[in-house]
Amino acid sequence: MQLCDHSAHELLDLLRSKQVSAEEIVQSSLQRIAAVDGRSGSLESGQETDQDRGTVHAFISVSAEQALEQAKTIDQQLARGEPVGPLAGIPFSAKDVFCVKDTYTTAASKILANFKAPYTSTAVERLQKQGAIMLGKVNMDEFTYGSSNESTAFQPCPRNPWDTSRVPGGSSGGSTSSVAAGEVPFSLGTDTAGSIRQPAAFCGVVGVKPTYGRVSRYGIIAFASSLDCPGPITRNVTDAALMLQAIAGADPRDSTAANVPVPDYLATLEQGVKGKRIGLSPDYFQISYMDAESGEIHQKPVQEDIRAAVYHAAEVLQRMGAEIIEDVPMPNTRYGIPAFFVISRVEAASNLHRYDGVKYGYRTPSAEDDLRVMYRKTRNEAFGLQPKLRILMGMYVSAAQYSEQYYNRALKVRALLRRDFDQIFDLQGKYRLDALLTPTTPTTTFPIGAIYGDSVLMQYADQFTVTANHAGIPGISLPGGIAADGLPIGVQLLGPDYSEHTLLQIGRSLEIGTQDEAWRSQKPAVLR
Amino acid sequence: MSEEITPEIFNHLVTLAALELDEKQAAYLRRELNQQLKAIHELEAIPLDADLKVTTHGVSYNLATSPALREDTWQPHPNPDEILAQAPQVDEHYIIVPDIPHEKLD
Repeated sequence: MQLCDHSAHELLDLLRSKQVSAEEIVQSSLQRIAAVDGRSGSLESGQETDQDRGTVHAFISVSAEQALEQAKTIDQQLARGEPVGPLAGIPFSAKDVFCVKDTYTTAASKILANFKAPYTSTAVERLQKQGAIMLGKVNMDEFTYGSSNESTAFQPCPRNPWDTSRVPGGSSGGSTSSVAAGEVPFSLGTDTAGSIRQPAAFCGVVGVKPTYGRVSRYGIIAFASSLDCPGPITRNVTDAALMLQAIAGADPRDSTAANVPVPDYLATLEQGVKGKRIGLSPDYFQISYMDAESGEIHQKPVQEDIRAAVYHAAEVLQRMGAEIIEDVPMPNTRYGIPAFFVISRVEAASNLHRYDGVKYGYRTPSAEDDLRVMYRKTRNEAFGLQPKLRILMGMYVSAAQYSEQYYNRALKVRALLRRDFDQIFDLQGKYRLDALLTPTTPTTTFPIGAIYGDSVLMQYADQFTVTANHAGIPGISLPGGIAADGLPIGVQLLGPDYSEHTLLQIGRSLEIGTQDEAWRSQKPAVLR
Repeated sequence: MSEEITPEIFNHLVTLAALELDEKQAAYLRRELNQQLKAIHELEAIPLDADLKVTTHGVSYNLATSPALREDTWQPHPNPDEILAQAPQVDEHYIIVPDIPHEKLD
């Protein structure tokens, strides 16, 4: 076990007790990156090599020099006995939608490949103020549009550390790969339909989608502004609590960052689950998918070992004192994806209109004497297929003649999705749940190239996670076992607004209750 | 395949979106748009109460949870040159673009 394999809270203990230095911690992470990451994604990637197929490619850019400088400064402060921040010396990576002053912030798109952010996002700023050290920016689906990371303009795309022939999930796949491979103990991601939780499940790590408004979106390149949530990706629940503590809270620079006090997440973390009411819903154990030819929606049960892992988690929690309530109805779950197809596309199209080759980012090199031609050439040359698809769909379903049929109807379905959760979390209601326990994903990670290009099937990978984005509620994906094929399984907890402390508490209990199980000692393939 | 987005509608959308696609891109994108519309049509079968309101944010905000609005006062940016440096073409603090077409309105 190397230093970089320790969790953030273990590293903090080692640093404070002067058993290691911040510089040693950063050096260890850099050595791991050199060992497993391979070449970073770039616009001029050339031919894929055998070596590429065996490495992780989580990072787009690594800021080694700055990170080492920051580490030395922290070590000097510690040597002088000066106070340092609560996360001093802990390396982290940030999905490349988080603006960080004077660093490239590309959204994994050619259109922003030359964009150096002139300011820093609130989430990154808060981590840095606590002494955490940004080691680099990690790859993702272009503009976050995808569930596999294959759509990045910066190839080679990230690969899953458990099996590098498979996707890490997405869109925060670079984040989850970097954490699972031990390159960093934690990473910042964003979640619009499951983009933190789905790749966390695929890579066997912890991913938290906070309540909408719990963490500021200031300085984050937007996908769908009413759904986007920044959040932590870590290797265990305690680190997730540490990280969320640092980034949560109101922000005068984001009018949607809610003015709700942030509880002490660590204070309640070890309080167990005695008396907690945790639900299981049959609507989260069957998957919907569309027949490409007929357009008919079919349903079938989730992968058996995923169902078994969720029920095993329920049994563990029950043994620890939780009350398990079965047959909780969530009748509108299956409508989450079709509603997302409409709402997210309208918001994405709106957000992408700003990229025009005028104010920043890419402009076509061809000399044009007509502004409109310059717009078209710039956008065509620099947007990939997935952004183009979202722009066109967003414009279609929000057009005046179609908006009642599509957009307004989807917003009403969103109200139904919210109502499902209101009813099960209602303290005076029939179920009075503290949390709903579900699979995070219908399947384990799939092979690279197996689904990419089929934009409908790819979206259905998010069907158990997207409901929380529509409803705004928090969700957390936790490692729940290893499937028969050796790939990680994620289990998900969903809770009422601002109940992150409860979800973390239940998640920590699940960690304790399963800590001696054999699957906990398995490691990703790149670390064996 | 039943078509909702015909080539004519598609071309109109492409123009409105300020895009310019080659044939291969256009064929892929139009096919995927129509596939997505098939999925979206599932929404039409859902019975909706007449008085059901749209939800634009899952979490509702109230006076206590909504951050106070900032004062509407002008504040100088500490370094406007840094912002302008991002523009592809700048001259004397003006952003340069190709000619903006003019149309005479009758």
